[in-house]
Amino acid sequence: MATSNLKLLGMWACPYVNRAQFALKIKSIEYEFIEENPYNRSDILVTSNPFYKKIPVLIHGDKPICESLIIVQYVDDNWATGPSTLPSDAYDRALARFWAAYISDKWYPSPKLLREAQVEDEKTPLTEKISAGLLLLEEAFVKCSKGKPYFGGDNIGYLDIVLGSSLAWLKVTEIVVGIKLLDQDKIPTLSGWADRFCSDEDVKDVLPETEKLLELHEKIQAFVRDGSK
Amino acid sequence: MGDEVVVLLDSYCSMFGMRVRIALAEKGIEYEYREENLGNKSSLLLEMNPVHKKIPVLIHNGKPICESLIIVQYIDEVWKDKSPILLPSDPYKRAQARFWADFVDKKLYDAGRGLWTKKGEEQEAAKKDFIETLKLLEGELGDKSYFGGDSFGFLDLALITFYSWFHAYETCGNFSIEDHCPKLIAWAKRCMQKESVSKSLADPNKVYDFVLFLKKKYNVE
Repeated sequence: MATSNLKLLGMWACPYVNRAQFALKIKSIEYEFIEENPYNRSDILVTSNPFYKKIPVLIHGDKPICESLIIVQYVDDNWATGPSTLPSDAYDRALARFWAAYISDKWYPSPKLLREAQVEDEKTPLTEKISAGLLLLEEAFVKCSKGKPYFGGDNIGYLDIVLGSSLAWLKVTEIVVGIKLLDQDKIPTLSGWADRFCSDEDVKDVLPETEKLLELHEKIQAFVRDGSK
Repeated sequence: MGDEVVVLLDSYCSMFGMRVRIALAEKGIEYEYREENLGNKSSLLLEMNPVHKKIPVLIHNGKPICESLIIVQYIDEVWKDKSPILLPSDPYKRAQARFWADFVDKKLYDAGRGLWTKKGEEQEAAKKDFIETLKLLEGELGDKSYFGGDSFGFLDLALITFYSWFHAYETCGNFSIEDHCPKLIAWAKRCMQKESVSKSLADPNKVYDFVLFLKKKYNVE
């Protein structure tokens, strides 16, 4: 597969971009990664995603595919190499899509909001929301995994990618606020899954390092503080 | 497939529920329709969708599937031996259909809601947003008969259900959608010629009555 035929517009620290990277890595698909500056969008980004102007965008030949969940499904549909990211059973697929939508729409924004919260009063409800969501996802994991190591079963699948992409920034949130959110004692099964996911060789190549994300977070916070003076 | 038990928990005026009705009709699947009172949700709904407590919920042989577009894809996959196939077979066209259906969900619902829940400048802003969103969709349709090309498909299904709300939106917002998006209205009328669509969509006058009821309930004048 010629790398010039496949481009991924992204940014190393963006978890939505990481989702696309996981999907491509799992299928051993080569591509050219084009690092975007989120504060100065390139022409190629604006033309390939005129509606949202956001990363990730996968450009296959001259065809752009936008939105991380749609990209992951496209990679699964288009390349038959390697195990399928989505479950083979239609009901299991519907369950995976349901939880992916829940994670993306309802849960995903909260760790970022918590990390950036300035006021103590804001932090408690966010912490509770994140914890409640994780408990729900613990139950979902038990249902979807059916005793196997991943949401996808024996191998990393769609839902592992969707939730797994949040783990690096979740660790940063825990450090910044000083609270253990994915607590091994309270959420044991999901904690075990998170350790397994982060130890996977394909994942380690993609998932950003906590220290680098923490550095980035501190840079952004300083920038915001200076800007508001 | 004679042993299949299919139940749909729904609400007559819901454009999301209508999507599932169309998909089931397109595939010729028999099912039991159960109207939910959203002000007093049934214990079955709460049991089948504990996370969101929302309709539509499809219950297939006792197992619930939630979220309208997820349900439609499920129906298409389970009953893949029944034509039509709603999602395109080509992976890129499939991604495009999913993208635009997601776009409808992200943009059109909220803009439309603003039309009957807001007043003054806020309502005008919602109207502008609504028309812009429809124009983008009209652009995607182009000169095709359907978003799916020559035949009615996933994206047509995702959008057409909003057509039953157009009369309510137009009356509340005091404007004509056809003035801005004539091709889209032509497309909608084409879709309405399909029995699966015309029988699944709510009567626009009943939708408007429902909106008036909601406006009174939430004190929006």
